[in-house]
Amino acid sequence: MSNLLIVLIDGINYAAWLFISAVGLTLIYGVMRVLNVAHASFYSFGCYVAVTLAGFWFSHNYPPYLSFFALFGASFIAGFAIGWILERFLLRYQYAKDEVVILLITYAVFLILDDVLKLVWGVDPYYASEPYELLGNFTIGEMTYPNYYLLMIGSALVLGLGLTYMLKMTHFGKLLVSVIHDREISSAMGINVGRFFSLTFSFGCALAAIAGGITTPTISVVPGLGVDVIVLSFAVVVTGGLGSLPGTALAAIIMGVVRSFCVHYVPQLELFVIFSVMALVLVFRPRGLFSLAEARKI
Amino acid sequence: MFSKKLLVSLVLGASVSAVQAQAPAAPAAAPTEIKIGIVSFLSGPGAAPFGVPARNTAEMLADAFNNAKAPAPYNVKGFGGLPVKLVVIDEAGSPTNVVTEYRNLVQRDKVDIVIGYVSSGNCLAVAPIAEELKTLTLMYDCGSPRLFEESPKKYVFRAVNHATADSVGAALYIKAIKPTAKTYSGINQNYAFGQDSWSDFQGAVKMVLPQLQEKTSQMPKLFAGQYSAEISSLLESKSDVIHSSIWGGDMEAFILQAGPRGLFKQSSVILTGGEVSMFRLGTKIPEGTIIGARGPYGVYAPKSALNDWYRSNVIDRYNAPPNLAAYQMAHTLMATKLAFEKAMAANGGNKPNSDQVADAMRGMTYEGPGGVHKFNLSNGHQATAEMVYGRVKHVNGQIQLVDQKRFAPEQVMPPDGVKAADWMASKK
Repeated sequence: MSNLLIVLIDGINYAAWLFISAVGLTLIYGVMRVLNVAHASFYSFGCYVAVTLAGFWFSHNYPPYLSFFALFGASFIAGFAIGWILERFLLRYQYAKDEVVILLITYAVFLILDDVLKLVWGVDPYYASEPYELLGNFTIGEMTYPNYYLLMIGSALVLGLGLTYMLKMTHFGKLLVSVIHDREISSAMGINVGRFFSLTFSFGCALAAIAGGITTPTISVVPGLGVDVIVLSFAVVVTGGLGSLPGTALAAIIMGVVRSFCVHYVPQLELFVIFSVMALVLVFRPRGLFSLAEARKI
Repeated sequence: MFSKKLLVSLVLGASVSAVQAQAPAAPAAAPTEIKIGIVSFLSGPGAAPFGVPARNTAEMLADAFNNAKAPAPYNVKGFGGLPVKLVVIDEAGSPTNVVTEYRNLVQRDKVDIVIGYVSSGNCLAVAPIAEELKTLTLMYDCGSPRLFEESPKKYVFRAVNHATADSVGAALYIKAIKPTAKTYSGINQNYAFGQDSWSDFQGAVKMVLPQLQEKTSQMPKLFAGQYSAEISSLLESKSDVIHSSIWGGDMEAFILQAGPRGLFKQSSVILTGGEVSMFRLGTKIPEGTIIGARGPYGVYAPKSALNDWYRSNVIDRYNAPPNLAAYQMAHTLMATKLAFEKAMAANGGNKPNSDQVADAMRGMTYEGPGGVHKFNLSNGHQATAEMVYGRVKHVNGQIQLVDQKRFAPEQVMPPDGVKAADWMASKK
């Protein structure tokens, strides 16, 4: 098997995970101009919900293949519900403030939620690898890969294409694009911007939680696991262009493949290669690969 | 009226002061307790594998000491009759924050002794402050051999092996069970402990198995969680041996991801701290995996009445067997108690100061649940103990460690006065 093919498979797999982890962050920023640091907590929350449900599911011998729907569905619903509460009772009253202030508020929420997770689940690690092992492996040459990687890549494709379809082809999506471009004009045209904000924030949080749910069968769920995710997600969305879906996808692919190349050929560089890509892109395109054009207001 | 009152008050006050000045000084209050600061990770990824089990053991032992329930030679109530009071704080945070908290423990909370520190960075940062404040401080888990190599210490001790024993023990184990091995690789977390462990293992291989050729060294970020590419690279390397000092959630994620891909079948994977997750992961750890416990701890502890008492008490109280971090804490606390009581006896039964306890501990031999340990390195400040490795076997759905090999302290730790790296380099 060609080494380059191995590099590519590993890179695409990592890119899929990066995209799934980052897409909620870019969606919320794109619509609301809110850089949601609490994204990390929603990812962790999704992990804990999924690992708890998986333990319950498999200990009761429920149909194993339905566990995927249960895990991902529960993470999504839990993330959506907490996100809605957060938007409805906290963020809604902050939109008039500066973006940096809102960022700091979401940072505070991140710290609080991280401690809430510890209060609820303690500090012990949990794992639920049954869904990961359930799907078996596939082999290319001498290299064995779990089929769960295909599920992860498929999930990234479904999320990316589904969101693109929703934004481009549906009535709701077109209204949302209008809100993205100019919330004042949209409001003047009769669009309930507050409702879109509420839905977008909840949906973005749900995407973070489902990313955690999808990742859970491959990891051990421990306190603080969201911290690394928010840093990587931030690097991906900034490189792709804050708020840009195709930009996030392209940045995830570039970073995933470059990282995989480093791991295979220059492992010493792995630690900072993702951030090197980000720095390199920002040198030539300070607003990211696919930054949205903004009308200058006079 | 007012001026009369004031005059009377002044006269009375002056009289009382004069009487007080002439009265003999009241004797200083006798010490009523010994305060020990316990510092370990109580939050973050280090809490579950290290901090919480160690804290639990400290609390269990403090209660047992205070109620005189521990077996001999730890059966004296408290520390020499003084009740033990623990002040437990979280190690989480930057080294600067950890140093600040250390100063708070000593200067604000007035603890007599500090026991703590998992992170090598933290213990290296705290050691000079302990010397400055002249406070007896014992590092219970931190593995960096540099603790005593960079400068001699007067108040800092370590009652267990340092990390060089992990690497040399692992190399000796490979030599014993897989002498035909030709190649090796590594996967270690990219921070001080991971890099030091890999560097130590490279040195140990050159010393013990010079024929082994290095293939690849993977250094994923700390708490990376995703190891697909690293596992592919290790599979591609087809190494006979893979060394890993990964710990906590990272180690569990690595096992969960690499197991189904056949890495553990292709190579003999050494997890130097694998004992920590052994019972939680159970048979998820593939057969043949080589497991270390940083010393004769956990399942590797030698059979003894003291070990039976310790294990059963921890299991009864916390419903989980003590892991290597718990054993390290037990050893450190027990060594401190013995040294304190020895110093107290030499001090005529009075509470000893830090210098006196340090003098008593220096060069001491003691027995804990993990067997006999001797403070025989670094001018009697660094203890040594045997090193044990074994291989995982699944028996009736349970995990067992077979092919256990025990290595004497002098086989796995450098001689007194010799730096670990120099020792390994000199024995090529």
